[in-house]
Amino acid sequence: METPPSFTLPFIIGLLVITSFLIVVSIIWITGLSKTDKIRIIKGFPSRKTWRAVRETFTEALLHRKIFLKNPRLGYMHMSLAFGWFLLIVAGHLEAIFHYRTLAFPFWKSIFFRFAEQAPATGFTAKLFAALTDFLLLFILSGVALAYYKRFNSRHFGMKKTTQMKAGDRVALSALWLIFPMRFAAESITAGLHHNGSFLTQPAGDLLASTFSLQPVEQAAWWTYSLSLGVFFTAMPLSRYMHIPVEVLLIFLRKYGIRLKKGVNTYTRVQVFSCSRCGICLDSCQMNQANVRNSQSVYVLRQIRGRRLKDDQLFNCLLCGRCQKDCPVGLDLNDLRITQRIASTREYNSSYDYLKNGPSPQAEVIYFAGCMTHLTPGIKKSMQQLLHFAGINFWFMDEYKAPCCGRPLIQVGQYEAAKKLIRNNTEKILSSGAKTLVVSCPICYKVFHEDYSLPGITVMHHSQYLLNLVDQGRLPVFSLPERVVYHDPCELGRGSGIFDQPRKLLSSYASLIKIPHEKADAYCCGGSLSNTRITMQERDQIRDKVLEEYQSCQPDRLVTACPLCKKTFTKGTDVQVSDLAELVWKGVCHSKTMPNRSSLPEAAIPLGLHPGKPSGIAIPSLP
Amino acid sequence: MDRQKRIITIGGGIAGTEASSVLSGLGYNVIMLEKSNQIGGKLNNWNHLFPNGRPANEVTGFLGQKIRLQPFRIISNTSVSRVISANGIFAMETTAGEQLQADAVVISTGFETFDATRKEEYGYSIYENVITSVDLEEILRKGQTLITSKGEKPKRIAFIHCVGSRDEKSGHHHCSKVCCITGVKQAIEIAKQLPDTEIFCFYMDLRMFGLSYESLYREAQEKYNIQFIRGRLSEASENQDESLLIKAEDTLSGRPLKMNVDLTVLLVGMIPGKETLRMSELFGLERESNGFLNVMDPHLNKNLSSVKGVFLAGTCTGPMTVDETLEHARSAALDVHQYLQRTDK
Amino acid sequence: MNTFGYKIMSPRTIDFDQFDGRLLNEVLVKEPSFRTCLSCGGCTATCNAGTLIDFNVRKLNLLLRRGEIASLSREIDKCMLCGKCMLVCPRGINIRNVIMLLKKGASRLSEHQKTAVENEVQK
Repeated sequence: METPPSFTLPFIIGLLVITSFLIVVSIIWITGLSKTDKIRIIKGFPSRKTWRAVRETFTEALLHRKIFLKNPRLGYMHMSLAFGWFLLIVAGHLEAIFHYRTLAFPFWKSIFFRFAEQAPATGFTAKLFAALTDFLLLFILSGVALAYYKRFNSRHFGMKKTTQMKAGDRVALSALWLIFPMRFAAESITAGLHHNGSFLTQPAGDLLASTFSLQPVEQAAWWTYSLSLGVFFTAMPLSRYMHIPVEVLLIFLRKYGIRLKKGVNTYTRVQVFSCSRCGICLDSCQMNQANVRNSQSVYVLRQIRGRRLKDDQLFNCLLCGRCQKDCPVGLDLNDLRITQRIASTREYNSSYDYLKNGPSPQAEVIYFAGCMTHLTPGIKKSMQQLLHFAGINFWFMDEYKAPCCGRPLIQVGQYEAAKKLIRNNTEKILSSGAKTLVVSCPICYKVFHEDYSLPGITVMHHSQYLLNLVDQGRLPVFSLPERVVYHDPCELGRGSGIFDQPRKLLSSYASLIKIPHEKADAYCCGGSLSNTRITMQERDQIRDKVLEEYQSCQPDRLVTACPLCKKTFTKGTDVQVSDLAELVWKGVCHSKTMPNRSSLPEAAIPLGLHPGKPSGIAIPSLP
Repeated sequence: MDRQKRIITIGGGIAGTEASSVLSGLGYNVIMLEKSNQIGGKLNNWNHLFPNGRPANEVTGFLGQKIRLQPFRIISNTSVSRVISANGIFAMETTAGEQLQADAVVISTGFETFDATRKEEYGYSIYENVITSVDLEEILRKGQTLITSKGEKPKRIAFIHCVGSRDEKSGHHHCSKVCCITGVKQAIEIAKQLPDTEIFCFYMDLRMFGLSYESLYREAQEKYNIQFIRGRLSEASENQDESLLIKAEDTLSGRPLKMNVDLTVLLVGMIPGKETLRMSELFGLERESNGFLNVMDPHLNKNLSSVKGVFLAGTCTGPMTVDETLEHARSAALDVHQYLQRTDK
Repeated sequence: MNTFGYKIMSPRTIDFDQFDGRLLNEVLVKEPSFRTCLSCGGCTATCNAGTLIDFNVRKLNLLLRRGEIASLSREIDKCMLCGKCMLVCPRGINIRNVIMLLKKGASRLSEHQKTAVENEVQK
C-alpha cells in the first residue's frame, strides 16, 4: 500500500486520538448505566426506536431544526457547519469510490482527494462530484463567515450574550475556524497548479497563481489543513465540540428510554458532554435581570464536566425551566441540577423520626392546601367555599397540621429526606379511602404527581378539578366584567404541562388578555424556592420586570394558580392579584343560581364601618 | 412688596390648613387645594388623640375657627394636574381647569394608611372579625360599641403591631412611629368600653417615644390589665363560628403560641400617599428610600424640598404625631415667609 | 466526669469571651441577611414542623451566637425546608439558606468538636 504523504500525519494522529477517546468513553458510559437501562438499550436497538433516533439525529444534530425555529440566522450558521461538513465527508467518499471504482482505496485519498488525484476531472460524473464538493465547501464557508461575525455581533443572531470560553474551547475553536478556509486555500493552490478545481477552487487558484508562485507553498497549505484537522480532533475531548458525537449518543439513549435518575450516573455525563455551549440558555435565563451572570446552565454544565462545581452556582437557579425549554439539544437541565444538588447535600439528610400517623378521616376527595396556601388564606377560603357549594365530601388534610409535601426538599437536593415525608403523607392519603387528591399549589402538584405512588388515586391541581366541576355543572359560570392576565406558574406550566385547563376555567368567568410571554414561554415570578442564594432585592428585580409586561396591558386583575406567585406579585403591584379559586368563587357568587347573596362572606366589609359620605366642603367647628 | 405674594398649599389636612392659616395671617394671598370636600384630612375620621384622650374634633375645630377669623381661599374637590415653573413663579393647572400662579408652594399631601388586604395572612377582608386601627377609630368616633360579626361583645381581642411597617414582605421597611402608642391608646379605650374583655397586644418592639407615652403603657398594664406578648403574628385562620385562631411565638418564653380570639385589630402603618407620589413627579421632588418626600437637611431644616420655592409640611415627609405635624406646618410657614421676604429684595 | 454525687454547678452566666465563633462567622459571611434578625418570632409561629414537634426556628440564631452547636445540629434536623418562615420574615432573611449552610457546616464538625464548643461556653 502506498504510504500516505507526510502532511497527512497530524490528521491521522488526531483522528486516532478522537476515535479511541470516543470508543473508550462510550464503553465507560454505557457500561456504567444500570441493569434496567442496559436492557432498555438491548430491547430498543432492533426496534423502531432506532429509526426514530436516526431521524432525530438528522433533524437536530445535523439540520438543527430547533435552533432554526428560534432564530433562522443562528440555525443556518450551525446547520451549514454541521450538515455541510457531514455532506462533504459523504460526498468526498462517494467521489473517491466513483473514481477508484472500488471500496478498497487508501482512506486518506478520500479526505485529501484533490491532492491525491491531481489530474483535472474528466467526464460528467467526475465533474459533477468536483462541483458538488466545491459547492459544499462554499456552503460551509458561508457558515464560518457567519460564525466569525457572530463572535463580534451576537445581537444579529438574536442572542444578547455569548458564552465565555475556556482554554480548550479556544484552541478547538481556532482550529475549527481554520479547517475550511485552509481546505479552500490548499485545494485552490493545487487547482492553480494542476487545474483540477471546480467553479470555486479553480478561479481562486488561477487568481493565486497569477499573484505569486504556488509550487513552494503547496505542501505548506496541505500541512496547515491537516494540522487544523489534527489539532481540532485532539482538542475535541477538552472542548465543547465533544457535543458533536455525544449528542448522537444522547439521542439514541433517550429514544431507548434512558432517563436521568435521582443520583448521578454516567447518563449525567452523556448529557453534560452533549452541551454545545451554544449560549441560547443565557438569554432565556431571568437571573440576568438580577445581574447574576455566572450560574446559568451552560456554566454549571461546564463545571460539572470539569468536576469543579461550586455550590454558589449550583444553588443560584430558580429551576424555572426556561433554559430547558429553549435548549436545542433537549438536555434535562432542571433534572441535572437537582441530581447535582442531591450529590452536593448528600451528607446530611434529616430523619424526621418525629413524623407519626393517626387514623385518617374517610372521604371521597382530599384537599391538600400546601404550606404556602396557609399564608394566602384567600385561596384556602375560596376552595373551601367552592367545595362546599358543589357538595363535595372532602377531607381538608392539612387544615391544622401536616408535613410539607416534600418538594421544597427535593428542589434543594434533599431527596432522601423528602422520601420520609412522602412515606408519611402517602400513608395518610391511602388510609383515607379517597379517590381524588386536589391540591391548590403547583409545587405540591408536581411532587404528588411524580414522586408519590398513590395507586387508584387521581392527583389534580385545583384548576383541573374546578374545571371538572364546571363541566359537570356543579359550579355555575358567570362572566365577570373583568379583563384579566393569567400568569403561568413555572411548576404548573413548564413543570407539569398544564397550560390550557386554567385558561379554559378562567374564560368561563372573565375575559383573558393575551400577553407576549405565556404558556411555555411564560416568565418566572422570581419567588421560587429552588434558589437558595438569591437575595430579596434580586427577587424584586426579577418580579418587577415581569410585572412591567403584565401591567402594560392594564388588566383589571392578575390571576395566577400558585400561592407563592400570588404572594410574590402582591408585594410589587397595586393591581389586584388573585388566585383562580378566588375568581371562580367570585363568579359563582355573582351568578343567579346563588340562593341568598347577602349571606356571602365574599368581601367582608369591616365591622361597623360605613363608607363616609361627605357633603359639601366642611369647615370644622369648635365642638 | 410691590404686589401681594401668592402661595398655593396643596393638601387641606391639618398641616396644610395650619400652614395656610399662619401665612394668611402674615398677609399673604393663600390658596389651598384639597382633593376631597372636607378639610382636616384623616383627623376627621379620628376619635381621640394620645396621650391624653383629647377628642380629635377639638383640633379640627380649632383650625376651622382660625380659618373663620382669617379666611383664605379654599378650592375643594381639586388637585393639581400640571405644573410649569420658571423664574421663581409656579404656574399650575388644577383638575377643575383653573390656572393659578404662585411664588411659593407648600406641599402637604399627607399620608395613607397601609392597605391591610396586602397582608393576606392576617385575613383582612377575608375573615369577618379582622379590623384595622382606622376602622376601630371610626367605630369609637360614632359612639358605637365594638361587637363581633355575630353581634356579640368580644370576650378576647388581640391588637397586632407593625402591620405594613418594618416589614420587607409588605414593601415598607420603615417604622411608622405612631402605631404602637395608638395601639396602647385604643386598647385602653376598649378596656374602658368593655371591662370584661381580655385584651392582648402582640408586638416586636414597643416604641413609647413621647414624654407621657411610657406612663400610658404602664397604665395599660396596671390599671386595665392589658397583656403584652412579644411575638410577631405569623397568620390567622378562621374557626367555624367566625372567631379567629392566631399563631404567634411567645419569644420571651421561647415557645410557639396559639390562641382563639373574637376579634383582631391590625395597627396599620403610615405610608407615602398617592397624591404625595404624584406631587413628587409633577414638581420634580426627591423622595427618600421609603418613598416619602425627602427633606434637605434632617437636622437644620426639615421643611425644604429639593426644589427651590417648594416647601414641605406634614406627613408627606414621614410619619408624625398631630402635634409634630402642626409644628412642622408652622415652621414651613416661617420658611415660606423668610423665603418670600428674601426674594422680594 | 464522675462527681461522686457532689455537683459544683457552674453559674448559668454566658461567658462571651469563651465563645468560638467559627461556624457563626462562616454563616454570617455567606448569608449576611441573617445578621438583621430581630428575634420577632414570626418564623417560629408559622413553622410547619413546629406544629408537629418542638422546633424553634428563632432559637437557631441564638444557639449559633452562643456556640451551642450540638443543640443546633439536633434542631436543624427537624426543618422540612418548606419556606413558610421566609415568607413571613419582616427583615427578609434567607432562612432556608441559613439552614442549608448550618447543616453543611455542622456536618463537617465532628461530634467531639460540636460538644467541645458547647462545653467551652458553659465553663
